[in-house]
Amino acid sequence: MTTTQLTAPRSPAALAARRFRRSRPAVAGALFLLLVVLLAAAAPLVAGHDPNAVDLAAFRQPPSAGHPLGTDSSGRDVLARLLHAGRVSLLVGLLASLVAVAFGTLLGAAAGVFGGVLDTLVMRTADVVLSFPSLVVIVVLAGILGPSTAMLVIVFGVCNWPTACRVVRGLALGLREQEYVQASRAFGAGRFSVIARHVVPAVLSQVAVVGTLLVAQMILLEAVLSFLGLGVQPPQASWGNMLTDAQNLTLIQTMPWLWLPPGLAIALTVLAVNFVGDGLRDAVDPRGVR
Amino acid sequence: MDTLLRIEDLAVEFPTEDGVVRAVDGVNLEVRPGEIVGLVGESGSGKSVTAMSVLGLVRPPGRVVGGSIVFGGRDLLGLPPRELRAVRGKEIAMIFQDPMTALNPVLPVGAQIAEAIRLHRPGLGRKAAKERVLELLATVGVADPAARYGRHPHEYSGGMRQRAMIAMALANEPALLIADEPTTALDVTIQAQVLELIRTSARDSGAATVLITHDLGVIAELADRVAVMYAGRVVEHGDVEAVFSAPRHPYTAGLLAGRPRLESALGELVPIPGSPPSLLNPPPGCAFHPRCALSSDREPCRTARPALATVGDLHQSACHYPEELP
Repeated sequence: MTTTQLTAPRSPAALAARRFRRSRPAVAGALFLLLVVLLAAAAPLVAGHDPNAVDLAAFRQPPSAGHPLGTDSSGRDVLARLLHAGRVSLLVGLLASLVAVAFGTLLGAAAGVFGGVLDTLVMRTADVVLSFPSLVVIVVLAGILGPSTAMLVIVFGVCNWPTACRVVRGLALGLREQEYVQASRAFGAGRFSVIARHVVPAVLSQVAVVGTLLVAQMILLEAVLSFLGLGVQPPQASWGNMLTDAQNLTLIQTMPWLWLPPGLAIALTVLAVNFVGDGLRDAVDPRGVR
Repeated sequence: MDTLLRIEDLAVEFPTEDGVVRAVDGVNLEVRPGEIVGLVGESGSGKSVTAMSVLGLVRPPGRVVGGSIVFGGRDLLGLPPRELRAVRGKEIAMIFQDPMTALNPVLPVGAQIAEAIRLHRPGLGRKAAKERVLELLATVGVADPAARYGRHPHEYSGGMRQRAMIAMALANEPALLIADEPTTALDVTIQAQVLELIRTSARDSGAATVLITHDLGVIAELADRVAVMYAGRVVEHGDVEAVFSAPRHPYTAGLLAGRPRLESALGELVPIPGSPPSLLNPPPGCAFHPRCALSSDREPCRTARPALATVGDLHQSACHYPEELP
């Protein structure tokens, strides 16, 4: 028997990875994120200063050899705070997105597979959640529950599940009509096995895209809340609450090292995450690419 | 225990925008242990819907509106979902028409068969399940099961896929197999092999088989008894021998006459005139009368719906004038 195969068969994952690698912004974003994650992870080793060590004798000092990004209003090293803040901001973004996506996927899959009253209930709730200005809701919830990092993750998750839910429900509706799902039911599978076996694995790639793009939103949201003083509480640093240091015009004009590093960190990280998300979307679903 | 499955007066309706379609309208069918019963009819005659009703899987918005389906002493229509799930795949298993679509394209075939086993034996370990799958694949004639276990459906040939599907159906040693057009999606050269496999598997496991098809040749080859469906009703029923040699319903007679034969020249197929009735608005009386060569628009055909009546040994027909057929 002769083999006439010209190229080795590629798995869908390998094909998607190849498409991802062809997108320059996505690769750049991914590399940048990798750098940010590594720096944040190695913060205690790289920072050189304790991020919370107050030195009132050396407050608001411009960048120098001892403090490469200067010091803030309490004399704390800005670079050390920036790196440690990265841990918090990235973690909140990632966890909040995971909570939102997990929640949304399960609800969406259940709505799509079960249909009927459950479907109506879930999707109308999703509409309500989406139609509320989520920032207001989050501010109120943060006020009621008291600010803490865990609270942020949970509240963000609860307010952002509808995106994933809608995507998954749409896909689940299509999958439900597949003959193999019908066959699987004929072999005795219940609806929950159908969700676990046929729906969740099939929607995972799309969910990953939604989840990635959500990470960017969550990082922004965390920054906003922390800036308003409702998020991560000082002395723990987050990119958002570092910006609170520079709240008047004089400071903004004369001491850019107070706000530029966290501001850039937020902007570039969010941009990078979005690039990765877009690249992932095009890689997973090449039909959308022109 | 004479009867394994007894369907009585089954009625299934599908609400549509234009009105209610009665896809199955008073079907009666009995299946005894170990026998092969053929269910023939053209598309839309209610064969598949009847089969799906047995499994309780009529697609919504369709629903069973009447009758009973008694299997092994229990009325399946009244069974709570949990118990019905325990019947599906374990006591009644289905072989689907197109294994390409009936198997999940992104999961390995072996894992899908293993899953079908583990659904009914949650205590069975992965390893034991895999061994059982390899054994089953070997039984249905899949060469080199160990190598094919982890392969995806698209890496199987059509015939192999259907063999795997049959292995899946046999996995829990069901008492009843329902094969819905098991060879329609296959190459002609493979059809005979797969039919033979269904026959031997059913015989070896002692399972009764309901064989749904529109191919009379398949019925003649495999089935012990046959029920001919038209517009949601069984119009003729009996021993295959009796029905095929002397059909007592003009529709069956028409189907038999419409088959290509070796001895007749090409182009001499005899079609049944007209087309199947709309089930939205079925003709009054006998649903077949507008197309019937026998009826010649007689009064009873237009007004009274004929019931299934005995016309011979193991032979029933739902025709007002069965004796007029040659």
